[in-house]
Amino acid sequence: MSRINREEVANLARLARLDLAESELDEYAQQLEIILESVAKVGEVSTKDVKPMSHATGLVNIFREDVTKESLKREEILRSAPASEDDRFRVPRILDEE
Amino acid sequence: MSTYDEAIKKYDPVLGLETHVELSTNSKMFCGCSTEFGAEPNTQTCPTCLGLPGSLPVANAIGIESTIRIGLALNCSIAAYSRFARKNYFYPDMPKDFQTSQYDEPLCSNGYLDVLVDTDDGTKPFRVEIERVHLEEDTGKLTHAGGATGRIHGADYSLVDYNRAGIPLVEIVTKPVPDTGEYAPLVAKAYVTELRDLLRGLNVSDVRMEEGSLRCDVNLSLTPKGSKTWGTRTETKNVNSLRSVERAIKSEIERQSLELDKGNKIKQETRHFQEDTGTTRSGRSKEVAEEYRYFPEPDLVPIAPDKAWIEKLKKDLPEQPSIRRTRLAKEWNFTDLEMRDVATLGGVDLIADTIAQGTSPASARKWWAGELSGHASKAGVELIDLKITPTDIARIDSLVNEGKLTDKLARQVIEAVLNGEGNPDEVIKKRNLSVVSDDSALIPAIEAAIAANPDAAAKIREGKVQVVGVIVGAVMKTTGGSADAAKVRELVLKTLGQ
Repeated sequence: MSRINREEVANLARLARLDLAESELDEYAQQLEIILESVAKVGEVSTKDVKPMSHATGLVNIFREDVTKESLKREEILRSAPASEDDRFRVPRILDEE
Repeated sequence: MSTYDEAIKKYDPVLGLETHVELSTNSKMFCGCSTEFGAEPNTQTCPTCLGLPGSLPVANAIGIESTIRIGLALNCSIAAYSRFARKNYFYPDMPKDFQTSQYDEPLCSNGYLDVLVDTDDGTKPFRVEIERVHLEEDTGKLTHAGGATGRIHGADYSLVDYNRAGIPLVEIVTKPVPDTGEYAPLVAKAYVTELRDLLRGLNVSDVRMEEGSLRCDVNLSLTPKGSKTWGTRTETKNVNSLRSVERAIKSEIERQSLELDKGNKIKQETRHFQEDTGTTRSGRSKEVAEEYRYFPEPDLVPIAPDKAWIEKLKKDLPEQPSIRRTRLAKEWNFTDLEMRDVATLGGVDLIADTIAQGTSPASARKWWAGELSGHASKAGVELIDLKITPTDIARIDSLVNEGKLTDKLARQVIEAVLNGEGNPDEVIKKRNLSVVSDDSALIPAIEAAIAANPDAAAKIREGKVQVVGVIVGAVMKTTGGSADAAKVRELVLKTLGQ
């Protein structure tokens, strides 16, 4: 049974802001299918007694003191921006949100 | 019958509130950039809050502690184990392309806040249950350029200032609040007011709605009376004052009831409150549901607050606002109603600070709740935002008590202080506002008043002292209220041989 179809690939591409051509949807659906199959093998291992793990170190409560540090220079950060105006980053307008 | 009364007769409102609180830490949540309000654009950023490759976040200890204290003050359980999560979306106000937030493991959950509301049957308590309190980060600030309106529609492009991106933001979400009936708008306003006072008491945030450090989204649905299933809810954003909370809910109840009456369905959507009309406007309606693809933040280790720490934070919580108000009302000899008015105005601390400088409680209340609340509502701001301090008010009050200012002059001094003309003493000096009480300056005015009121003068000469008010009044009028009334009375009686 197929785990992923071209509609799902199209949706993932939209979420990731990837501009995929129609032909690529099938191609990636096939590739992702193989990846998912491989990953599914992990699911065969019995994990009844294993706690889900999100962090490898086992550390908790690593905090920093609430003290300020020097920020970057504005000229420096705006220099890396594709466009800027009035000391701000300039971005294309967004139509579908407010 | 008004639209609102009609709506309430047929439908039961169910409300819910999401409140965002910017914490007043020195530095941002995950980096050392300053959080100072009003700095030059993009001067408070670094690789971490800009999401530059290779940067790593570390959680601010005070951010975590403040969130737990808020949870404790709201009677929440504190999670023994809690993680940050990435909420993935693309929007230019979030430079990392994800917001560090919390998902299924909020720091605090299942609490409540009790509020009092005036009903037709007297003051009634309502319990607002809290679903969760979690910690996340604020986003940058967008300015829409080009176009005529400054709104996003018609804008040619947007400009972004990332100073605010990464400031710790606590989200407080209520459970749905049913059974408030016609009082839904008042319950919501009382909740936000009480929450604001509680946060102020905890000293974790500036809680300034107009500066955006306290922001509120209002969820509302209507259920036909007798039905057990709740209706579709809308979420109203841009509710930026206590008064707007009340107005937004009232107008949304009216709008939804009219739609339902017409047989229409309520669309699940985000709406925007419009301050000028007091109504809500449809915002975006999404064709596809949000897919944020939350996952545990790998760069921040989990939080596991130990019991001793929580106990200590709990023990050190300040007195609850409602308990404090009851105590202060007794101390100050205020009625419940007077105290509640003061609290709604956000004036409890201002009055306490004024009293601490020697002003009587009754006078402190008169100045803040009587005089200054008028100035605040005229300017559309809160009491605390007025450019006058408890020290100024205490000084003005003591000058009135010493007879150096009349109430009328005091009001002029207040106005001048509010206008930025300086402190009370500077204003009095500059405007030459002190009370005229030396006899030589008053005698001509008194003689003129006697000449203008011969009948009253004759009566006083005959011993009918009670009509002296006529002549005193005339003197006060000609001196523009700058005379000391007691002194004038004394001089009038003396002149007329009494």
